[in-house]
Amino acid sequence: MTALTADRVPENYINADYRFRSWLFSTDHKRIAILYLISLTFYFFVGGFFALLMRLELVTPQGDLVQPETYNKLFTMHGIMMLFFFLVPSIPAVFGNFLLPLMLGAKDVAFPKLNLASWYIFNLGGLLTLVSIVLGGVDTGWTFYPPYSSLSSTSYVLLAAGGIFVMGFSSILTGLNFIVTTHKLRAPGLTWRRLPLFVWSLYATSIIQVLATPAVTIGLGLIGIERIWKVGFFNPAMGGDPILFQHLFWFYSHPAVYVMILPGMGVESELLTTHARRRPYGYAFIAGSSLAIAVLGFLVWGHHMFVSGQSVYASMVFSFLSFFVAIPSGVKVFSWLGTLYKGAIAFTTPMLYGLGFIGLFTIGGLTGLFLATLAVDVHVHDTYFVVAHFHYIMVGGMVMAYLGAMHHWWPKMTGRLYPEGWGRLSALIVFVGFNLTFFPQYVMGYLGMTRRYHAYAPEFQVYHVLSSAGASILGVGYLLPLFYLIWSLKYGPKAGGDPWGGTTLEWKTPSPPPTHNFEEPPVVTEDPYSFPSLEEGR
Amino acid sequence: MRSSAPALAEQFDSFEHQRESSVLGMWVFLGAEMIFFGGAILGFVEFRHAYVADFNAASNHTKIVLGTVNTAVLLTSSLFMALAVHAAQEGKNRRLLGFLAATMLLGTAFLAVKFAEYYLEVVEGLVPGPRFRMDGADSRHAQLFFVCYFTMTGVHALHLIIGIALLGFLGLRTLGGKVTPQNHNVVEVGGLYWHFVDIVWIFLFPLLYLLGRHAGHG
Amino acid sequence: MDGGFRFFPEQASTTAASIDDIVFYLFAVTTVMTGLVFFLVLVFCAKYRRRPGRETGVQVKPNPWLEATWIGVPIVLVLIMFFWGASAYFPIYRAPSNSLDVYVVARQWMWKLQHAEGAPEINELHVPLGRPIRLTMTSQDVIHSFYVPAFRVKQDVLPGRYTTIWFEPKKLGEFHLFCAEYCGSKHSGMVGKIVVLPPAEYERWLSGGISQGSLASGGHRLFLSLGCANCHTEAADARCPNLVRLYGSAVRLQGGGEVTADESYIRESILDPTAKVVSGYQPIMPSFRGRVSEEELIQLVAYVKSLGPTRETGRDK
Repeated sequence: MTALTADRVPENYINADYRFRSWLFSTDHKRIAILYLISLTFYFFVGGFFALLMRLELVTPQGDLVQPETYNKLFTMHGIMMLFFFLVPSIPAVFGNFLLPLMLGAKDVAFPKLNLASWYIFNLGGLLTLVSIVLGGVDTGWTFYPPYSSLSSTSYVLLAAGGIFVMGFSSILTGLNFIVTTHKLRAPGLTWRRLPLFVWSLYATSIIQVLATPAVTIGLGLIGIERIWKVGFFNPAMGGDPILFQHLFWFYSHPAVYVMILPGMGVESELLTTHARRRPYGYAFIAGSSLAIAVLGFLVWGHHMFVSGQSVYASMVFSFLSFFVAIPSGVKVFSWLGTLYKGAIAFTTPMLYGLGFIGLFTIGGLTGLFLATLAVDVHVHDTYFVVAHFHYIMVGGMVMAYLGAMHHWWPKMTGRLYPEGWGRLSALIVFVGFNLTFFPQYVMGYLGMTRRYHAYAPEFQVYHVLSSAGASILGVGYLLPLFYLIWSLKYGPKAGGDPWGGTTLEWKTPSPPPTHNFEEPPVVTEDPYSFPSLEEGR
Repeated sequence: MRSSAPALAEQFDSFEHQRESSVLGMWVFLGAEMIFFGGAILGFVEFRHAYVADFNAASNHTKIVLGTVNTAVLLTSSLFMALAVHAAQEGKNRRLLGFLAATMLLGTAFLAVKFAEYYLEVVEGLVPGPRFRMDGADSRHAQLFFVCYFTMTGVHALHLIIGIALLGFLGLRTLGGKVTPQNHNVVEVGGLYWHFVDIVWIFLFPLLYLLGRHAGHG
Repeated sequence: MDGGFRFFPEQASTTAASIDDIVFYLFAVTTVMTGLVFFLVLVFCAKYRRRPGRETGVQVKPNPWLEATWIGVPIVLVLIMFFWGASAYFPIYRAPSNSLDVYVVARQWMWKLQHAEGAPEINELHVPLGRPIRLTMTSQDVIHSFYVPAFRVKQDVLPGRYTTIWFEPKKLGEFHLFCAEYCGSKHSGMVGKIVVLPPAEYERWLSGGISQGSLASGGHRLFLSLGCANCHTEAADARCPNLVRLYGSAVRLQGGGEVTADESYIRESILDPTAKVVSGYQPIMPSFRGRVSEEELIQLVAYVKSLGPTRETGRDK
């Protein structure tokens, strides 16, 4: 019972128990979300630190800051940390965990103990990878291609691959939990068609996590077996086939990029609807496009292998399908524009991140079309053009969605408001810094600047300098929220249950919510985005 | 036995709700496992297609009699597992424990036979590496067959060991009074997992032991 | 490689312009779409900003025709991209029949190139202007990738098999060669240059270097010294298939099936003779794996090619 007296703070999930061990053994989905938040922030800044060193090295054409072997480890560890230990879990593990039961009107996820286990497994994987870094690092690229990774590299491949192997289980279990939760724990009246779009995106993401992750599990497992026992799955001298690994790897890693972006798209729908006070334009299309992306995403992995030596006919099929996976993303972008149309747009920090997401995701997505085009990909594959493409989507898209989600739900999760001025300033700094870092990379990629080079031909220097300058600005943009968000925990004004006027179920709870979310399950009688409508003609 | 009665977790409305959710969860997990084994099988099929003659020759060196015995053992264990689930549904816990024990015993028997096969294969020089020897086929490709064989059956055996441990855990829960007709989902979920491990073997056995085997060999 | 500041790489091969044309179309579509999105965002932000009197939005009903348009129009636009890209992709894999043959062995961290006429090069490839050049490539260790930005060509180079690439230079000068698949420590250092010379100067360069004899003549010496000639004779009752006129022809295999006798087939037949046994012959050929290096394999392949009239060997006659 939340007994509210004049001098007692109501019981919520934070103050229910202040002991350290109550957090580490909690099965409350909200506490687990905060545990993930802390872990992920740590891994993000580790990965970011490696990026900083890389961009410093790349200011000059010569390899004069670090040894080549060190640079190779830097880009490998940057990729591994950012992809597996930040992007893949990010929004689902933090915001999915916190919000899914709330948005469904449930008291927790379907398997709370499994949820806690997922966090521990995740960090076990992270620990193994960190150990590999501390011992000297791994230098195979996050893609682990054999024969280099299985035969040639003398770095800590097994440890790093082992860390990712273990982390994969965490991904599968979280996905499993969310699927069962969404099917089984919806409040009375909450039909599928009344689900918030964020829930739809989490559902599609979870399907991919469950069905795609095992492919990388077996792929990395085989690399491990090959390294330890010197057998020949991927070694042509022993009758094996290195391309088999590429198929296994990309069968996971292409859907994995949709695991990374779909939750961001779900967040985007929540940010725009709430901060423009508009129903989403084409709810069914947005929900359906998430599922379409999940399904089509499984069919296009060969577009990473157009010059690998695979059959040209296979390449044709993959190219054709890759164009079609772009169409649902286009549907989403136009639907978001339609959601802004005739809205009442407030330029809050979440909205600013949301607007930035539309622009940058559009650019990143459209450059994906260059890569799907066969003859063009022959030229730009393995160049900075690809690097720019995926950073536009992952950083310009996904990380901005993550920061937008952070600011949007910060009041709900912490009960505090962050300083809005600093929020807006940081969003702007991130936007400017991001574009300066990554736009020049498109140009130099087409000029022929290859990936994973720590020393390069002098004619590319001007682009690298611009990129590194942008990176330093971007870094500031990421550090600022770390400070003002933590500051707000003590000094920020207290937030009410619904500071933004949102309509989904989480806003009907106090901020922060009580441990058991709802006393009685709410009964849902209407669509989730029932904003009042302004009279026509305004 | 009220203090050790099975608990209904707060996020569920009823025991039936809890049961359905657990079962759905296990099905989802098995979907992931299918992809995992599928990847290994895909690799095997690809190599077999490339080196048909050598893989056929190598496959003749697997122990068909022991493999067939094991198939029967595992199928029978699945029968006992199904009977265990049925007993749990009816609240007949003593029978449930008996059937669980029988399943675990057969599973262990499978492992024993499997390790016997491995021992024979070591002795015959079929372990890939410097001590490999086999006449009549390209040694590299034959070794590749055995790499696939040891990997696939090894991973399967690992899953079986986990399954036996899981069933042991179920047995302990039953003894602790936590399994009732209303709340026996752990048994049902354990059953699903056990049947899956059985089905994987049903795929591995023909692929590794039967395909390309010449009559009269073994 | 003039080192000057540029936005676009030189179009130094006959196919570069066709690739760039597709890119211009892609760039145009991208710019228009991006411009449209940015424009609408800015206009909506200005027009529909929240202010007193506009505390909530007009809840607009979706228009199915609009949905259909923004699904249909992009589909048409991307189908154009697909067909255009695919049509330019296939020719990349079909070298013209009058191509000059060059063989490439990649290893950590250098490129070893060998002209059919015999001239070996390290990290540099001299070629004549206006002639198509076909590279047959393999790796001695890990996966590499042969990339010449100015020609818009790239192909992964794999251990254990041959991959091919071709280009026809149309500009004189020197052009970057980069390894484009991460291959370990000195991946960044696995670079070189393609030197395009006028045909007459190329001939002078070819005849001026250390003469090792052509690859085919080296292959012939190996053919004799390894004992291949003892079995692969032209006698009617020979125990081994005749190799004269073999290259490029269709070979019937034991157990049915047919394969074209290309470089990969010849290489495989030397390393894995029992993989594809010719119909009517016994699998008695021993394997030469471990007894010949990749360079020697290339010489043997070149020799077998020189016995067949199906394709010009590339020697200027």
